[in-house]
Amino acid sequence: MGKRVLLIEDEPNIIEAIRFILSRDGWTVEVHSDGASAVDAVDRKQPDIVILDVMLPNKSGFDILRDLRAAPEHAARPVLMLTARGQKKDRDMAEAAGVSHFMTKPFSNSEMLDVVRGLAQQPTDGGDA
Amino acid sequence: MLRFNILVFACLTYATLLFVVAFWAEKRAEAGRLGWLRSPIVYTLSLSVYCTAWTFYGAVGYAVRSGLEFVSIYLGPSLMMIGWWWILRKLVRIGRTHRITSVADLISSRYGKSTTLGVLVTLLAVIGTTPYIALQLQSVATSFAVFGVNDPTGAVQTDLDKTALWVAAGLALFTILFGTRNLDANERHHGVVTAIALEAVVKFFALVCVGLFVVWGLTDGWGDLIDRIDASPVSSHPISGTRWITITMLSAAALITLPRMFQVLVVENSDENHLFTAGWFFPLYLFGMSLFVIPIAVVGLQVLPDGSNPDMFVLTLPLHYDQRFLATFSFLGGFSSATSMVIVAAIALSTMVSNHIVMPIWLKARKGGATVSGDVRSVVLYARRLSIFGVLALGYLYFHFSGGSEALASIGMISFTGVAQVLPAMLGGIFWRGATRVGAILGVVIGFVIWAYTMFLPSFGEAAGFTAELMAEGPLGIGLLRPQALFGVTGVDPVVHAVAWSLAINTLVFLLGSLFSFPRPVERLQGAQFVNVFEHSGTARGWSHGFAETEDLLVMAQRILGASEAQALFHAAAAEQGKEGYLPDATPEFIERLERKLAGSVGAATAHAMLAQIAGGVLVSVEDLMAVADETAQMMEYSNQLEMKSEELSRTARKLREANEKLTQLSIQKDAFLSQISHELRTPMTSISAFSEILRSAGQEGDLDAESLERFSSIIHDEALRLTRLLDDLLDLSVLESGSVSLNWTRTNLHDVIDRAMGAVMQGRDGVGIRIERNEFSEHIAMETDADRLSQVFINLITNARKYCDAEQPTLKIQVRRIGQDDVQIDFIDNGTGIPADKQTVIFEKFSRITDHAKAGSAGLGLAICREIMANLGGTIAYLPGQGGAAFRLDLPRVRTR
Repeated sequence: MGKRVLLIEDEPNIIEAIRFILSRDGWTVEVHSDGASAVDAVDRKQPDIVILDVMLPNKSGFDILRDLRAAPEHAARPVLMLTARGQKKDRDMAEAAGVSHFMTKPFSNSEMLDVVRGLAQQPTDGGDA
Repeated sequence: MLRFNILVFACLTYATLLFVVAFWAEKRAEAGRLGWLRSPIVYTLSLSVYCTAWTFYGAVGYAVRSGLEFVSIYLGPSLMMIGWWWILRKLVRIGRTHRITSVADLISSRYGKSTTLGVLVTLLAVIGTTPYIALQLQSVATSFAVFGVNDPTGAVQTDLDKTALWVAAGLALFTILFGTRNLDANERHHGVVTAIALEAVVKFFALVCVGLFVVWGLTDGWGDLIDRIDASPVSSHPISGTRWITITMLSAAALITLPRMFQVLVVENSDENHLFTAGWFFPLYLFGMSLFVIPIAVVGLQVLPDGSNPDMFVLTLPLHYDQRFLATFSFLGGFSSATSMVIVAAIALSTMVSNHIVMPIWLKARKGGATVSGDVRSVVLYARRLSIFGVLALGYLYFHFSGGSEALASIGMISFTGVAQVLPAMLGGIFWRGATRVGAILGVVIGFVIWAYTMFLPSFGEAAGFTAELMAEGPLGIGLLRPQALFGVTGVDPVVHAVAWSLAINTLVFLLGSLFSFPRPVERLQGAQFVNVFEHSGTARGWSHGFAETEDLLVMAQRILGASEAQALFHAAAAEQGKEGYLPDATPEFIERLERKLAGSVGAATAHAMLAQIAGGVLVSVEDLMAVADETAQMMEYSNQLEMKSEELSRTARKLREANEKLTQLSIQKDAFLSQISHELRTPMTSISAFSEILRSAGQEGDLDAESLERFSSIIHDEALRLTRLLDDLLDLSVLESGSVSLNWTRTNLHDVIDRAMGAVMQGRDGVGIRIERNEFSEHIAMETDADRLSQVFINLITNARKYCDAEQPTLKIQVRRIGQDDVQIDFIDNGTGIPADKQTVIFEKFSRITDHAKAGSAGLGLAICREIMANLGGTIAYLPGQGGAAFRLDLPRVRTR
């Protein structure tokens, strides 16, 4: 497959779980744990899909998403947002910022896999912002 | 008795004539056909009220007793008229400009419309003039008696008292009739003035006729007369220079300070230029009045029996030679002198008394309602009439009780000196802007007191307690206070003594008082106007801006001036402003004009006070200013209160806003808290959920190696523990925050508590990694506290240090010290980089982890819990900046405090 996922997340156990789930499905999973340098990481790694946590050290996931969408090369890049704060207003904020898909923790492994696969096939589908 | 009846008849006829003349003059004045009634000659003749019975009869007596000295009485006014006419002109100008009604009014107006001065001067005038009026009554009564009995001694007491009473009553009637016809005292009393002019003519010719009779009837002309004079004791009297100067000065002052003289000279003056005529005509008149005094005195002494009263020579000489007609004429001359003086004096005094005493009292009694209720006009009229009656009654009573034994001249002198006490204040007031009310009051009072002590009271002799012993030894034997040798000045003529002391000290005190006191605004204003009366064209500033309702002003003006006159005034003013009807705008000019008009009726101070009541908000007297100031102060206080209230309101509003903000903040915090809780709960759950799903699928598919299986299971276990810990912390915090925590207070040793905490931390999975420095000796402090909770705090702090201290060799110092008897202080200081300054306050908030989750491995509730525990234990926890590493200070009571 060779498709690459950039996971921006700071909880070690969650990183390990997602890495395991996606690797088993043939994805290349790269991890970045700091909020402030996340956009640079996306620039550098040009992943097919970005999985973005909201509560990150130094910069929130919403801000990272907004910055990504502001850059033309990332405007259509699929971004799956994961958050442990499952409130409605967080979903709204994410959609306003141009998220491709929004999932709350805890998530179902199979559902996540389906979402990642779907995003990879139709990279422009999620750009509903 | 026949002659007496003829005399009474002549007298009544003469009085009737005066009535008719006065009435006729009033009628002509009302009709506006004054003609020669306004001539300077009439004005000058009216000035002859200066020549009273004292001059008519008394001058001869004076000459017999003191030789030529009587001339000084005439000399003073003559010099004043000729040499100092400019003083008179200024007085007249001021009087006309400010509608001055009396001496008291002048002084009161000049010194800021001072009521005190008005009253003072009025009292002074009344006291000074009453004996003088009594003197006139006495001379008329005596002349009646002399005429009736033809007793040259004139000492007959037959019905003297009754005569005086009748004369007084008659004069009161005349004065009331013609003196209060016009309420406006400033409107000239044409009837009275004309009658007085007539009397002036009568007394002049009566005296001249007697003189001619003496010179050409009883001697052989001038040559013979001069020989007789040389031989007479009259010419042998020594001449005292000081007395001459003193009396000349005094009589000059009398011309302007005597109430009656001020009345005719200033108040009744209708044209300033009349002064020029008076300037030569009045001295001439006086010369004529004095010309025959010496001849009559000399001849009288020669031909009349020894012991004859020289004060009556003018009458007794014609009688002696049975010249009935001449005697009657002479009698009428004396009668004229006396009555004209009494009438004018009564008018002048009554104006003062009613304007400065009765009206202010009445106004005060009505307290502000004066302008709205009551007929002011009739009040003023009654006050005036009552005052006339009172003045004459006083004169009569004085005569009655003093027994009429004084020599005429001495009473005159006393009176002159008394009223002269206003001289410094008067002259100072019109020539010196620096003169102040305080100076004037002090001067007048002191002068008055000295005069009363050295001159007035001693004239009563024993009756006033001035015994011969007191006169000789001084009161209580104090020689310096002898009434006629004050401060040890002996050997001086009593008159000179009294005049010199009273006027000198009066003037000195007036000057000093003025120099050392500060004039009030109105005083400055009035002072400038009086002193510079010729520069100002005569507008009495004072109404800076009136707020008066014209209707109110009209109502008040009608009550004082009478309806028709008031309406005419208002109508004219309205017309001038180009308005129809009777209501002009209440401009300052108009109010000023009205004030002057009213001042003519009720005096400046009263008018001002009345207008001030209506107009308000004006620059008037300091009393008014004070009232305004008071009001302002009240308003300021009120507005202060309002301000305070509004401050209170805004404080309340602020509190509400703060409370609201706090609530909002709390709500936000609650949201944030919930969000945080959610995050903290969901994060471990996510791991648990993800890995358990992995394990489940691995169980189905069997593709997971044993190592991974083991690892994933332990992650699930750890995360489950983390969840439990979090829930424990949350519950703990909730209990601590609500204050419903039950603490287990026990006696313990701080050292043991720290030991227990150390043990707990080290038993943990990763118990190593930080070195702890303690001073175990200082830790032995007996305490009463909850040892479990306190060790929980210690555990938290030690764990934090172990977790976050980034030094190469992490060290935590625990320092314990006692603060006084009751407190303990425990510091936890590590050697890391510490907490950034901007974070030092937030670290005690919930979920305030300042590093990333991964490193913390907890929800960030630790310090929040520590804070709550410390609060529950009655102590505090605070971050201690500037210690190099992270440093926390615990303050704790040694024993339970609540």
